[in-house]
Amino acid sequence: MGSTSAENDGTRDRGTRTRDIFGHSTTGVGRRDLIKRSAVLGLVSVPAMGFLSACASGGGKDQDKAEAGKKTEQNPLGVNDTAQMEFVLFDGGFGKEYAEDAVKIYEKAFPGATVDFSATQKIQSTLQPRFNQGTPPDLIDNSGAEQMDMGVLVGKKQLADLTPLLDAPSYDDPARKVRDTLRPGIVEMGRFDGEQVWILYYAYTVYGVWYSQKALASLDEQYPETWDQMLAVCAKAKKKGMAGWTYAGKYPYYLPFSLYPMIGKVGGREVLDAIDNLEPNAWKHPAVKACLEAYYELQQKGYVLRGTPGLDHVQSQTAWAQGKALFIPNGSWVENESAKVIPADFDLAVSAPTGLDSSDKLPFGTIWASGGEPFVVPAKAKNGTGGMEQLRIMLSEASSRNFTGKVKSLTAYNGGTDGIELTPGLKAGVAALDKAGENVVNPRIQDWYVQLQKEKIGVSGIGEMMAGRATPAETIKKIQGFADEAAKDSSIKHYKHQ
Amino acid sequence: MQHGKYRFIVGFLAAPLGLYALFVVWPFIQSIYYSFTDWTGLSPDFTMVGLDNYARMLDDDIFWKSLRHSLLFALLVPVVTIGLALFLSFMINVGGRRRRGGPVISGVRGSAFYKIVYFFPQVLSIAIVALLFAFAYNPDSGAINSFLRAVGLDDVQPLWLGDPGLALWAVMAVVVWSTVGFFVVLFSAGMASIPMDLYEAALLDGADRITTFFRITLPLLWDTVQSGWVYMGILALGAESFAVVHIMTTGPGGPDYSTTVMVLYVYQKAFRDGQAAYATTIGVALLVVTLAFAALVMKLGRRERLEY
Repeated sequence: MGSTSAENDGTRDRGTRTRDIFGHSTTGVGRRDLIKRSAVLGLVSVPAMGFLSACASGGGKDQDKAEAGKKTEQNPLGVNDTAQMEFVLFDGGFGKEYAEDAVKIYEKAFPGATVDFSATQKIQSTLQPRFNQGTPPDLIDNSGAEQMDMGVLVGKKQLADLTPLLDAPSYDDPARKVRDTLRPGIVEMGRFDGEQVWILYYAYTVYGVWYSQKALASLDEQYPETWDQMLAVCAKAKKKGMAGWTYAGKYPYYLPFSLYPMIGKVGGREVLDAIDNLEPNAWKHPAVKACLEAYYELQQKGYVLRGTPGLDHVQSQTAWAQGKALFIPNGSWVENESAKVIPADFDLAVSAPTGLDSSDKLPFGTIWASGGEPFVVPAKAKNGTGGMEQLRIMLSEASSRNFTGKVKSLTAYNGGTDGIELTPGLKAGVAALDKAGENVVNPRIQDWYVQLQKEKIGVSGIGEMMAGRATPAETIKKIQGFADEAAKDSSIKHYKHQ
Repeated sequence: MQHGKYRFIVGFLAAPLGLYALFVVWPFIQSIYYSFTDWTGLSPDFTMVGLDNYARMLDDDIFWKSLRHSLLFALLVPVVTIGLALFLSFMINVGGRRRRGGPVISGVRGSAFYKIVYFFPQVLSIAIVALLFAFAYNPDSGAINSFLRAVGLDDVQPLWLGDPGLALWAVMAVVVWSTVGFFVVLFSAGMASIPMDLYEAALLDGADRITTFFRITLPLLWDTVQSGWVYMGILALGAESFAVVHIMTTGPGGPDYSTTVMVLYVYQKAFRDGQAAYATTIGVALLVVTLAFAALVMKLGRRERLEY
């Protein structure tokens, strides 16, 4: 997403290429808005908040819901075929074309209905007032820099349960339910606690260690499976004047994309679950210590590209694409995002993270993959059924293939890659998923506790360690402190693995 | 002719005061009200929680960090900016060498050109300036480190925005750079209105530049300096610090919260974490800090007004 990604200063960045960052953007629009915002916020920050609240406390009346339509084989959810349906899409790295295509299918199925489709990068500023007034749209892609906090939305009962959609027959095969056509983990990710599914993640992201197969081959090396091999490869690269690693130093919460699955591989899933559950001493597990020490060793031995802690994601990806560093922890959006700087013969590949040695709990191949691009249907939507039907259309094989072909990313639909020519990164991602098989981990701390994960663990903890300013022992102590604080903080909602 | 005077005044004042009350005073009152609730900003429901938000704020390490950084911004940036602007505008208007046949008092050679150069950053939006400097501070390929390498300082390659010890200073330098030109022009205008005779008299008495500056220019410019001071302080507490911190050290505000300022924290709490009520609480704290700053400067800066 090249320029777009920048736009998003992603409060959360699960998944899509667009929102990995917190706001350093490179395009004009964002800047202008920012100025406006800073003027308002800065000079009159208090009155500005007041304004917001002035709008806020106004509404709250319940809207008339559209009457239900008749349930038929073609219309299993019972969509009112003349009701208006409003769909607001996040206009990020995936663009809006894929959604527009799906809207056309909806309009064709319900010729009497009108679809009010809009795409914006300003999800929160556009929709927050509407939630506050109780008049939200029917389907939202709640993504990007201005993503609304899902935990709060769920906690305040602002979202509709998507179970009817998941239990409806799939678009392609009436004998299969929608939930049976999804990739593993998608339904679980949409839950918070309890059985209801609030969110449907449409994209599917593979996280891991990204590299140029060509550069690795030029060193006469394979991707290292144990840490000793990793150090050997880095030493070899260093002799050729190439750093082993680089990462988004200003946003070190990219490091967990390879560090967390490594912890899972070394210590088993339960270590990651304990971290997600904010259990006391979760970070003091020996596996965590061993993995942090392994990463710290990269820094201490000078295998991290010089200046990396001062680089942002775009700068570090550029340095990596230029061959200044061999490996970078990232997600599958990197292929699209760095398309302009990756040379044609780069031979982009992704691998599951390197483990410690053969005593690791899980085999090599254990990888982090999870859903991205969260779609929600508001509880107070006038035509929520229409919103769900739109999602059902998007989860058809044809729409899914359309998405993958257009934006080089997988979708939640399991399959849909046949007959498309896959780009090198996408192909490598699919291969990594195949190799992983059952061993896919999905640390939820990233979407459950955004601030803890990004700022505290990411920037203050791991970031400082990888900049060489803290030892692994100090870092673990610091992060455990942050986690304990979050566990006690009553202003955030707490979740547990079921 | 006193008849109807008050009605006349009230008639004219009603509309602006009404607007002021509606768009400035009322939001202030509302946000103070919201700081006593648990409003998320994402739903119309909220309940009163009393002083919980304030108690939480006092217990919040990041709040204290952001307060410290904001105070540093408010105290240091105006001092440096205004000091620099005073020096530069003095040199442009008064500091020149006396030239045969020219005016008695003049700026240094090429001062008209310098004035434009200094003012130039003011034309750029702070966002553009911040973005440019974000590139310049890039430790790998940025202008500053490249320059250091070019002059042979290969070992001096600071991480700038990536170093918790440097990031705040690097950001403050950008604010100074981008605002100093405005004050140069402001002070130049003020200096232009100081009567020549005073300078001539000082010259005849044999005063040097430094004496001239402290004995004549500064006292006669004091009102302008003081308003500039308040203005700059508010700017540094609010808009400018938010823009540079948000753009240059985005995310959480620098490595290890080293550049988090209060406005940024308000923004993050309201628009990222869904804690609008807590954000208004920090906003109230920011209001107090801003008012205290303005009051302090007014109080310290009070002097007898000089007439000329």
